[in-house]
Amino acid sequence: MPILLLGCAALLLLTSLASLLMGAGDTTPWQALSVLLGAGTEDARFVLFELRLPRTLVGLVTGMALGCAGALMQTLARNPLAEPGLLGVSAGSAFAVTLALLLGASSASLSVYVAQAGALAGCLIVLSAARLKGVGNDPIRLVLAGATLSSLLLALTSLLLMFDQRTADEIRFWITGSVAGRDLASLRHLLPSLLVATALTLLIIRPLAALALGETMATNLGHKPGRIRLTAVLIVALLVGAATAMAGPIMFVGLVVPFIARALAGADIRRYLALCLFIGPIILIGADTLSRILVYPLNYPLAYSLPLLALPYY
Amino acid sequence: MKALATVITQPAHPPSTALSTHALSAGHGKHRVIESLDFALPENQVTAIVGPNGCGKSTLLNTLGRILAPQGGHVLLDGIDIHHLPSKQVAQKLALLPQETTAPEGMTVLDLVRFGRQPHQPWYSQWSAEDQRIVKAALKAANLLDMQNRELDKLSGGQRQRAWIAMAIAQDTPLLLLDEPTSALDLGHQIEVFELIRSLITQGKTVAMVVHDLLNAARYADHIVAMHEGAIIAQGSPKEILTPELVYELYQVRCDVINDPVNGAPLLVNIRR
Repeated sequence: MPILLLGCAALLLLTSLASLLMGAGDTTPWQALSVLLGAGTEDARFVLFELRLPRTLVGLVTGMALGCAGALMQTLARNPLAEPGLLGVSAGSAFAVTLALLLGASSASLSVYVAQAGALAGCLIVLSAARLKGVGNDPIRLVLAGATLSSLLLALTSLLLMFDQRTADEIRFWITGSVAGRDLASLRHLLPSLLVATALTLLIIRPLAALALGETMATNLGHKPGRIRLTAVLIVALLVGAATAMAGPIMFVGLVVPFIARALAGADIRRYLALCLFIGPIILIGADTLSRILVYPLNYPLAYSLPLLALPYY
Repeated sequence: MKALATVITQPAHPPSTALSTHALSAGHGKHRVIESLDFALPENQVTAIVGPNGCGKSTLLNTLGRILAPQGGHVLLDGIDIHHLPSKQVAQKLALLPQETTAPEGMTVLDLVRFGRQPHQPWYSQWSAEDQRIVKAALKAANLLDMQNRELDKLSGGQRQRAWIAMAIAQDTPLLLLDEPTSALDLGHQIEVFELIRSLITQGKTVAMVVHDLLNAARYADHIVAMHEGAIIAQGSPKEILTPELVYELYQVRCDVINDPVNGAPLLVNIRR
């Protein structure tokens, strides 16, 4: 296990380095390297510190959040195909951001809190919908309600965009999913909620592992399945809301990261969740770096390079 | 003197814990299965709950194990309503093994058995030397020490069931509630599991199990509870209560009862409609 963690950490370091050194534009990897070593031209310094470093950091945080959210979601639904997007979290987030833009917020001042609030609202709506018929503890119904809400919110988002050309222009880049062009200030806004998510995760990680043995077994071991589930859903909303605010609705990372982590570390979430913290950013930063050099000198949206990266995996 | 020495060197048994019901009504939703039941589980014995399908055996066991909330009346653990006690405290006194169990793919025997320690672990501490010792003892009791690192889905049905029972043993509770612990096991594996259950009694534990097979109930239980349509129609030692009349009332089959020539347990023979 320590070797696995070390290996993943090393791989993450390499990926981040690649993300800093390579990219579209005139700055060569050598120029970027010399900036890292404390020299370099003014232009190269700008590219590295103002463009690539924020981009890499955003990829790091987004990847961590999505990887963990995916692991939590899949444990929650006891279904390895469960995806954070299914809960309606990403869709709620995207809808809230679109609405905020439509009501006059400009893209630059777009607060991460709007996205998070939307994520939480989407999450709570889907939870109460699943609870309406007194079956709140049925994971399949939860996922179904989430999928329904997702489609509804995405349709509403498209509708809003059709009506308002200005919003459509501002949101088009964001909605395809990208870690580019985000400033570090928004990262700071995310920090409190990410800390809360981490603390909550540490609190419920043991009961959550027990929940994998079934509801009866979790109760038998002295846990309260309903409460664990609700807390886990809140964590997912915090994490996915944060990630969506940063990088737009990115699918797939939450689905595939836990898969890889489980294959490496076994079925117990207490063991593979830590790996998700590394594998999430590796995949996201890796895909982002790839999208920068794939269709050089253009920036290829992340949403399209992620599945490309996944093809050999399947 | 020798007897006294034995008493002193014996490991201290956990204090026994009393589980009983008072005017208990239970069921699923609008379908009420058990109506106003008073029952006390005999301590330091194996109790087998028998009866036809749908008679309320599992409902009773799950209500006793606070998985199902009563629709009326109380389940009392040492005289206190089990639903008024913190769930974790209950989990230190009572372990329940449901009829159907699922574990995530790739989980090992050791991983599973270690879950049994959760009720004893405060949230800030991970794993103690005592946890280690008890898990090892549970694996040993279930004869699983040499396959503790095997994956559950690669074991035989009997081995897997022993692993789940080992987890319940690791929970280190004076009370164990087992729902059909040997269903879907062949004869050899059934005997394996029943003998493991018998060995728990020598450690001062109390076991209640739902069993389908009257023969096994008669052979391995000290006390039989016969249920019919949500009510207990007879209870007592197998010798006292297993009569052709009771068997007819439970299952509408006729039979004769003779005593097992080897161990004296009642045997049903000549079973017919």
